[in-house]
Amino acid sequence: MTTAISVAGLHKSFGKTHALDGLDLEVEAGEVHGFLGPNGSGKSTTIRVLLGLLRADSGAARMLDMDPWTDAVELHRRVAYVPGDVTLWRNLSGGEVIDLYGRLHNGGRTRRGGKDGGRTGGLDPARRADLIERFELDPTKKGRTYSKGNRQKVALVAAFASDVDVLILDEPTSGLDPLMEEVFQRCVREERDRGRTILLSSHILSEVEELCDRVSIIRKGRTVESGSLADLRHLTRTSVTAELTGPPNGLASLPGVHELEVQDLEGQDAGVRPDGVRCRVRLHVDTDKLNAVLRSLTDSGVRSLTSTPPTLEELFLRHYQEDVQPDGRRDVQADGRRDVQADSRADGSEETVAR
Amino acid sequence: MTATTTPAAGAFAARVGGSRPLAGTGTLLRFALRRDRVMMPLWIGVTGLLVLSLPASLKTVYSTPAERATLARQMLTNSSLRATYGPVFSDSIGGLTAWRIGSYAGVLAAIMSLIIVVRHTRDEEESGRQELISAAMVGRRAPLTAALLAALVANGVLALLIAGGLAGQGGSGALALGLAIGATGMVFATMAAIVAQLTESARLAKGLTGGLIGAAFVLRAAGDSATDDGSSLLTWISPLGWLENLRAFADERWWVLLLFVAAVAAQGAAAYALAGRRDVGMSFLPTRPGPATGRLGTAEALAWRLQRGAVLGWSLGFLAAGAAFGGITKGAADLVGGNAKTREIIERMGGQAGITDAFLAAMVNMLGMVAALYIVSSVLRLHGEETSQRAEPLLAAAVGRLRWAGGHLVLAFGGASLIMLLGGLGLALGYGSELGAVLGACLVQVPAIWTLGGVAVLLYGLSPRLAPGAWAAAGLALLLGWIGPALNIPQTVMDLSPFGHLPKLPGGTMAWTPVLVLTGIAAALTAAGLTALRRRDLTT
Repeated sequence: MTTAISVAGLHKSFGKTHALDGLDLEVEAGEVHGFLGPNGSGKSTTIRVLLGLLRADSGAARMLDMDPWTDAVELHRRVAYVPGDVTLWRNLSGGEVIDLYGRLHNGGRTRRGGKDGGRTGGLDPARRADLIERFELDPTKKGRTYSKGNRQKVALVAAFASDVDVLILDEPTSGLDPLMEEVFQRCVREERDRGRTILLSSHILSEVEELCDRVSIIRKGRTVESGSLADLRHLTRTSVTAELTGPPNGLASLPGVHELEVQDLEGQDAGVRPDGVRCRVRLHVDTDKLNAVLRSLTDSGVRSLTSTPPTLEELFLRHYQEDVQPDGRRDVQADGRRDVQADSRADGSEETVAR
Repeated sequence: MTATTTPAAGAFAARVGGSRPLAGTGTLLRFALRRDRVMMPLWIGVTGLLVLSLPASLKTVYSTPAERATLARQMLTNSSLRATYGPVFSDSIGGLTAWRIGSYAGVLAAIMSLIIVVRHTRDEEESGRQELISAAMVGRRAPLTAALLAALVANGVLALLIAGGLAGQGGSGALALGLAIGATGMVFATMAAIVAQLTESARLAKGLTGGLIGAAFVLRAAGDSATDDGSSLLTWISPLGWLENLRAFADERWWVLLLFVAAVAAQGAAAYALAGRRDVGMSFLPTRPGPATGRLGTAEALAWRLQRGAVLGWSLGFLAAGAAFGGITKGAADLVGGNAKTREIIERMGGQAGITDAFLAAMVNMLGMVAALYIVSSVLRLHGEETSQRAEPLLAAAVGRLRWAGGHLVLAFGGASLIMLLGGLGLALGYGSELGAVLGACLVQVPAIWTLGGVAVLLYGLSPRLAPGAWAAAGLALLLGWIGPALNIPQTVMDLSPFGHLPKLPGGTMAWTPVLVLTGIAAALTAAGLTALRRRDLTT
């Protein structure tokens, strides 16, 4: 796989604010990459650097093997962008804006086509019509009369109908209703199936979980986590609930076990239950230490077992609530993360916060 | 008792716009005054200065009562001059001040009022900010009331400033002129309040109200060209005619103030009635749908689409203004030529040749300085596009910054030349001859206009925050050109304005050096601004 977007050690300050503080981001060609972070963590700043709207103070940023600042125009022929807050010209209709953006990606060239052979702009006319229908957009309305969601649809139709290699979507669905959200997700999958690379910045974790192959989580202008969802889950704790026929042995002393709770069922129901269950165990375990825990549990006789991987939301919240110590070191969870970062550094695709 | 009054009170409340319809007005008014803390004092200051500086310059130019009487007599007999300034009702210094500046100060007060009112009503609704405010403890009528009160504060201060500043010329005349100017402002404030209910776009509301102010001026001018005592029906239809017919410093007709009061009350009531019958953000003139597909394909085409209305408006305005100036040239030149002092002033503005040429040159110069306002507003469209985030997706498409800016700059710099040519065409047609000389003179102004455009490009290119400074540069040039010759300001100060270096044409000798140097400076400033624009971050 080739790399579509690669950012390393990006710094950007606005006066005294350090918007980006050594950010790294690696997006493979053809993947949908989730870009997560709380408000003000630097997602939009990163995107604007990638679009050549802002100039980074230091660090490297490349997209499609071009420099976003010096090769901006050439690069933008192959990139479409949907901002989170779409502003339109008051007296241009949505259709006019869609066609304008489409032609601008084609360097002003007009494609001919469509049933009536009419001019529909630098966009694939069939795709344009299809998208307008699916998003239920009225293209004849003037810019000032669109609601936020409809303004976003204008930008989305223009982006999805453009003939580009990379789509950069900055919180593109914040104004869409759930039905439109579904249309959006289907469109993203179609784009991926056509081999396009998509960088999706979003707060809607279910959307990211649904669509993204890999995610990067950033915080205070720095990448704190990057990898596939499976990788990320691996780093965190799995919650395990088991019903046992015998007393648990030495679970508490196993490495990686947290918040162990043992509930003795004997005596409560006056004697052993018919299924022989004697106690219920709840615990959280670092996912890479799960094997030892399971072995210990089976030794005690398992009647039932549920094991739940963490949701993205849990991952996300953990990062955001986590206290970063003054020297930048983090608490327990950081250990596992460092391992993986070391791994990913080894294959050269990742270079992140390990310090 | 309670049982019987409650429904009635409820119905009343629904009719006037809910319970406590004025809740929050005080807070909104303070907020409006804070937001206008620069714009409002500036308008009031400039308008006040124009009025208050007049007695001194009139006294130096027409120092004896005999001279003033001659001026008044001549002004009264020339119908095109009456159209421009109105009839003279008294040849006292105060009377001449009211005659010379009354209509214009009224127009300035009207423009200030329309900006204040639209800014705090339709602008707020269009941007969506009004929703947030209306969702708070704010009565349904509070925003309109606060906007009108803000206009009242501004016009009140202006009226007091003029009344106080001119008191030396006669207390009751000064009070009458101050009140008339302030009241004119309020008439157009309430008119703007009505228009703001009709249109969905603030820009259109400002444009329409501006058009109504223009119509009021034209009505007064037409009436005054027909009669020499302001008694024409056309004059009486126009609020600017009322201002004139109050006859400040000439046996004031105080009852005319009742017309202002009645108009403000009637228009205010209409605005409230309209506002009460519509939803927030809605309007009575609905927006028409646009085409489903567009033909715009380039950044340049978009720039033309965005600026074509302004280019067209300025073109027509310059053609009309040129024709009007041309029409009065002959009579005015004869008039000022009869007075040594005015002749001197006009010659300072327009050169030493014949008085007619000097007058034409002064008008050409005036057009040039006004065209500087066009070029600044046109260049600063870039600023507006960037700060409103509309430039961002364009620049994220395959459009370079230079091409994006270039589209707008072609219209700014080319448009400035176009409107100067049209202004010259109008001037020559109105005057009836000298077409070639006048057109040439107008083109000679262009490098100075471009220089101010270059200043705007440079400031914007360096930082969007500096961009509004271009208005200050154009304003300074206009101020120097307007009051400099009358106050005989030294040449070193006049040289601050690029217009001060130009040869006085028609009539004077052509000098290529300043024209070429200014063109070079304009090009250098523009290039520097574009270079800076390429290097800096965009506003996000």
